Amino acid sequence: MDLFEYQGKQYFSRFGIAVSPGDIADTVEEAVAVAERVGYPVVVKAQVKVGGRGKAGGVKLANDVDEVRRHAGDILGLDIKGHVVRRLWIERSSDIAKEYYASFTLDRPHKSHLGMLSAQGGVEIEVVAEENPEAIAFLSIDPVHGLDLATARRWVHEAELDEVAREQAAELLVKLYDCYTTGDCDLAEINPLILTPEGQVHALDAKVTLDENASFRHPEWEEFRATETDDPREKMAKEKGLNYIGLDGSIGIIANGAGLAMSTLDVVNQVGGSAANFLDIGGGANADVMAAALEVINSDPKVTAIFVNIFGGITRVDEVAKGVLEALSRVSIAAPIVLRLDGTNAVEGRAILAPHLNDRLITEPTMLDAARRAVSLANA
Amino acid sequence: MSIFVDENTKVIVQGLTGGQGRFHGLRNRDYGTKIVGGVTPGKGGTDVEGIPVFNSVKEAVAATGATASFVVVPPKFASAAILEAAEGGITFIVCITEGIPAHDEAVTYNRLVEDYPDVRLLGPNCPGIISPGKCNIGITSGDIALAGGPVGIVSRSGTLTYQALHELSQQGIGQTTCVGIGGDPVPGTNFIDCLAAFEADPETKAVMMIGEIGGSEEERAAEWIKLNMTKPVVSYIAGVTAPPGRKMGHAGAIISGSKGTAQAKMDALAAAGVHVCVNPTEAGQKMVEIVRAL
Repeated sequence: MDLFEYQGKQYFSRFGIAVSPGDIADTVEEAVAVAERVGYPVVVKAQVKVGGRGKAGGVKLANDVDEVRRHAGDILGLDIKGHVVRRLWIERSSDIAKEYYASFTLDRPHKSHLGMLSAQGGVEIEVVAEENPEAIAFLSIDPVHGLDLATARRWVHEAELDEVAREQAAELLVKLYDCYTTGDCDLAEINPLILTPEGQVHALDAKVTLDENASFRHPEWEEFRATETDDPREKMAKEKGLNYIGLDGSIGIIANGAGLAMSTLDVVNQVGGSAANFLDIGGGANADVMAAALEVINSDPKVTAIFVNIFGGITRVDEVAKGVLEALSRVSIAAPIVLRLDGTNAVEGRAILAPHLNDRLITEPTMLDAARRAVSLANA
Repeated sequence: MSIFVDENTKVIVQGLTGGQGRFHGLRNRDYGTKIVGGVTPGKGGTDVEGIPVFNSVKEAVAATGATASFVVVPPKFASAAILEAAEGGITFIVCITEGIPAHDEAVTYNRLVEDYPDVRLLGPNCPGIISPGKCNIGITSGDIALAGGPVGIVSRSGTLTYQALHELSQQGIGQTTCVGIGGDPVPGTNFIDCLAAFEADPETKAVMMIGEIGGSEEERAAEWIKLNMTKPVVSYIAGVTAPPGRKMGHAGAIISGSKGTAQAKMDALAAAGVHVCVNPTEAGQKMVEIVRAL
């Protein structure tokens, strides 16, 4: 789960990482109230989960109440790469002497944690990595042993942060690592991490991705869920406990298993169609799950055909077939459904569906045949 | 021959008294797997349809001589169960649990490497391993696999593994061993471990490798294949059309920035001489062709 900047900063604060004083605002009046409270000048920042908002006009400095009003009015509702700004973060503007970069993420090939620290922050780290890789000090951290202050001190020295910033930065990095590990982040990134002319080090931005698998030990993440997605289909799927990702195409996809679901999107694409979604109903797809899946797909006005791709393993295909029929008796589905049923009890499953087949409910013997049929129905 | 397990492998099930553990443990036994015990703290002395239950792995190993464990416990207990297995003397651990936090996996993996270097962990979040006719540890339906070889299968996805087994079995082509390495970011066993074992196994004549987006294990496998593999490899990579930045069902199936795309993996594998196919059916057909020409 990706967090907005303001959520990331709130998360950082819990681990003692210094951020600028500020607050959220959903209206111009709220923006003014926050600005008056934290004191001018302030920065008005669009809250969107996409990079490049500064260039898109989503970050503005305001020296007085009129400027806050003007910038907040301009930025609220702004479309930044398809993300509409609904919330602002207003914070006290910081004087910047230096901009650094710091992050922790999982190093999958080495099965360890990777810290990245650079004295060249404030620009995209991918660009630094490409053009000037020696400007980044990489630190491999054994997850069993973690990061201690002595190592962090050597690290800030190696990264050539300014002398005056080093001790504070080292302490902050240990806190950021704590946030990353005990806070169960996939990514904890500060860009820029700044040094002020007064010699203070703090986080001017926050990019945090949380590991959903760790939700069971973080009841406090509940507050982030309300703002997790703007997509009404994804919201509905989440409520129904489905593993759903909204896409832009016209063919609704239901498959069992993540790999098969991904593969289904690919095959639909190969035969000239495009998927409206990714949806993995997992093992043991009963009527309730199937009905919920069909309801979510049915709520998508772009869907003109539905492809149900099941390979029974533990999931028994006869159960899936019963689930489909029961779901259809409960929900009225606008688009025709093409099913491919294979694996455990596939013969029984097809037999259950046989008396109900018509031009709105169709079975095909293979994944490719079914994909082709769904695409031709979608385009009809 | 099979890799990692065979008809003599003695297996305990950690979590045998739970719903999932019981269901799959009994299925595995019905398949012919030597399921010699179960472990559930506090339930020692009881049994599940004749399979004795022990309070700890240590006790179970002492009483049964088991060398493998099937871990089927909820995510919050899985890491402790894996480490208990290693400490208790188990050398091959299969963990099917989905939903273990990545940080727990990273710690567990490194604890195993540092403290129990002889232990192999398969998974987590994997369908397990089946050596048709000999041993089935995990959730794969035994009836879709066919004994006798000559194909080895290694895969990051469960259902695509079943698909691959099915496509080959239907054509009368058997498998030596089918290994599901799982869809999590820190797998205990990776592609290279399996490819090396298949390369060394005289009965395996060709290998099917099923990957997906995320990470760089396929690229690393491609490098290894280029240098070491003499047997033909057919591969399929899922997620060509997956959007970046989204976890596609599996925790490890995510394109991060420009890294981990299906195309990059396919290119790397093709450059290593692997037969790269664009869908599972094509991969099945290609393998049939290769085996018939052997």
